[in-house]
Amino acid sequence: MGKTKVVVEKTKVIVGLGSCGLAAGAGKVYDAIKKIKEEKGLDFELKKTSCIGMCFREPLVEVIDGTGSYIYGEIDIAKASEILEKHIQNADPIKDYVVQTELFDTKDKNFFEGQVKIALRNCGYIDPESVEEYEAREGYDAIKKIAAKKIQSVDIIQNVLDSGIRGRGGGGFPTGLKWRFAYNNKSDVKYIICNADEGDPGAFMDRSVLEGDPHSVLEGMTIGAYAIQACEGWIYCRAEYPLAIKRLNIAIDQARAKGYLGKNILGIEGFNFDIHIKEGAGAFVCGEETALMASIEGERGMPRKRPPFPAESGLWKRPTNINNVETFANIPWIINHGASEYAKYGTAKSKGTKVFALTGKINNGGLVEVPMGITIKDIIFKLGGGIINNKKFKAVQLGGPSGGCIPDYLADTVVDYDSVNATGAIMGSGGMVVMDETTCMVDMARFFLDFTKKESCGKCTFCRIGTQRMLEILERITKGEGKAGDIDTLIDLSSQIKDSSLCGLGQTAPNPVLTTIKYFRDEYEAHIRDKKCPAKSCKPLLTYEIITDKCTGCMLCKKVCAVSAISGERKMPHFIDQAICTKCGSCYSKCKFEAISLS
Amino acid sequence: MRIARISEKRETLVQDTVDLTLMEPFIEKYKSTRGNMIPLLQHTQELYGYIPTEAFLKLEKETSLNLSDMYGVASFYAQFRLKPVGKHIIKVCHGTACHVQNATAVTEALEEELHLKDGETTPDNLFTLESVACLGCCSLAPVMMIGDETFAKLGGKQAKDVIRAIREKETGSKCSQ
Repeated sequence: MGKTKVVVEKTKVIVGLGSCGLAAGAGKVYDAIKKIKEEKGLDFELKKTSCIGMCFREPLVEVIDGTGSYIYGEIDIAKASEILEKHIQNADPIKDYVVQTELFDTKDKNFFEGQVKIALRNCGYIDPESVEEYEAREGYDAIKKIAAKKIQSVDIIQNVLDSGIRGRGGGGFPTGLKWRFAYNNKSDVKYIICNADEGDPGAFMDRSVLEGDPHSVLEGMTIGAYAIQACEGWIYCRAEYPLAIKRLNIAIDQARAKGYLGKNILGIEGFNFDIHIKEGAGAFVCGEETALMASIEGERGMPRKRPPFPAESGLWKRPTNINNVETFANIPWIINHGASEYAKYGTAKSKGTKVFALTGKINNGGLVEVPMGITIKDIIFKLGGGIINNKKFKAVQLGGPSGGCIPDYLADTVVDYDSVNATGAIMGSGGMVVMDETTCMVDMARFFLDFTKKESCGKCTFCRIGTQRMLEILERITKGEGKAGDIDTLIDLSSQIKDSSLCGLGQTAPNPVLTTIKYFRDEYEAHIRDKKCPAKSCKPLLTYEIITDKCTGCMLCKKVCAVSAISGERKMPHFIDQAICTKCGSCYSKCKFEAISLS
Repeated sequence: MRIARISEKRETLVQDTVDLTLMEPFIEKYKSTRGNMIPLLQHTQELYGYIPTEAFLKLEKETSLNLSDMYGVASFYAQFRLKPVGKHIIKVCHGTACHVQNATAVTEALEEELHLKDGETTPDNLFTLESVACLGCCSLAPVMMIGDETFAKLGGKQAKDVIRAIREKETGSKCSQ
């Protein structure tokens, strides 16, 4: 969807059909618009695009007419037909529904301010199933430039190195250096892999890039292949992302047909390269590079010892280079605009931009791309619009199960690899889960440990058994059965697991526990010593009761109660039967009169 | 630990009779490609909804894969199922964002509605309830997915309503036959 004012002859109506848009009902909106267009014989171009990042306003419909671009948010079938009637037929835009335009201020204008779109430059702006639309926005210009100017491998690698880009999958290893290692290992067969096994719960940056701009990843991989002299590429994508896989397949076919993939690409003699898609089968550990390669080879996805590093002996024992989706999406831009242009953004050691998925208790949940060096506070409060229901901001979780929680008082921390690492969290792939005062940090730690315990491949003893033991302790604490000394045992186990695990999964699994102990030790102690959950979230430690004075008898709580534990007549105070109550909290979150107490 | 799933006791079920000839086209396609095990298992599951024992045996006979390797891989990855599933698979997202927005209430309500535990199938083979790590619709949390349809911003009650509507449709259509 276009932010910039464009002069168009024919009015365009563009529907955002990313996964989140579809989940919100964009498919039905598209069909309805198509039907009305045909029935009324309206004259406009109906198009599809992907996610522009405003997930909180899905489904989105953009209208571009002679005056500019209007993005309408939260559109259902009724609103869509209203827009067609007023805006398309009578040239009268419905200002109230517009969430983004450059023509006047909207309540969501802050969401775009401060964003710099490089990796997401085309997401939401082009039809991801059209190679022509990608080409129209500098698409494949980078590889054409390389072919025309006969730029050498070493120069490309130097360029990437100069840009300062570091691995966007979370590791933060300089991409140019990785490429140089792979280049220096001579072999007639080398591979390049795109890691699209986005397993972190709460992260969907890669999905959006693959769904919204698959060609940028293909072009990035092709440039990488030329640089390290690889002949074959693999995209290892989660099977949970069917739409991404579908669009990648379309893009690969188009690229082959246009000669961007194949033999002697763009006339570069001897440069043969093709890309295959490998569907992952659901294992978080496969995000680790050696496990990922084992999985492509058809084995169980278990990591192996490094060295040898993949650059030396990777897939089928050949030199292999692995980068993340977002890293590859940045590469064509860097070649087109130059390393120094990219390095203009960011801090001393972390250059460029980073995409974050904002989720949790935040008003504007969605996808943002910001320059490195922005503060966490700015992301959450300026772009993210603050906390839902104006509750108190408590912490933000970065880096998923390998990361940690950063508390409110460190919200001025700037986003770059080193500053985030200093807090005990990690940058990770870009999942940013915001928590408010109602989120229990002990429960959060338990949640992540439960995840890593299930996802541990079982190879290393400490990861396999240690995570299980830690989970048992955390479960006891959240049930009010914690014992003195539990915190020390957790810290002790954490350091042992970190030291004795082969891969990143084990080495980082204790991070959520360690950071929550570091910043929220008092919450652990309240659970253990006082058998209380300060966030009022751990169910076995709670009782829900209706405050008779405040209850208006609106019957809302009775309606939402899934187990029918609430009784009472209209306009009369209600009552919760403690014997039936499952403590799910639905009534508490629904009550508009704060008439339900928690103790 | 992932391999814990191996020790799960398999239920003795009346195996559906499956038409193994349906597997032939993709066996032919992948027979001699490198790293073919996972695609072969994925295609098998696509056909039957799970990987029947007979299918393992057929793959062993007709490709160079051996049974223990296949079982090792099938039991390692979360995607593969070794027993039949219900007609509708309910995937409740338990990613971080959904967890923070109380996905547990959704699972619990469904467990109650369907009288089963997470991971089980109803006796009438209509529903299977599953927890999944992340469906990638985090800003619409909590979500669940049934077939290709995603249901967003759920509470326990709404989740139950969705199930009831599906059940009504299923049993209703049966009655009219």
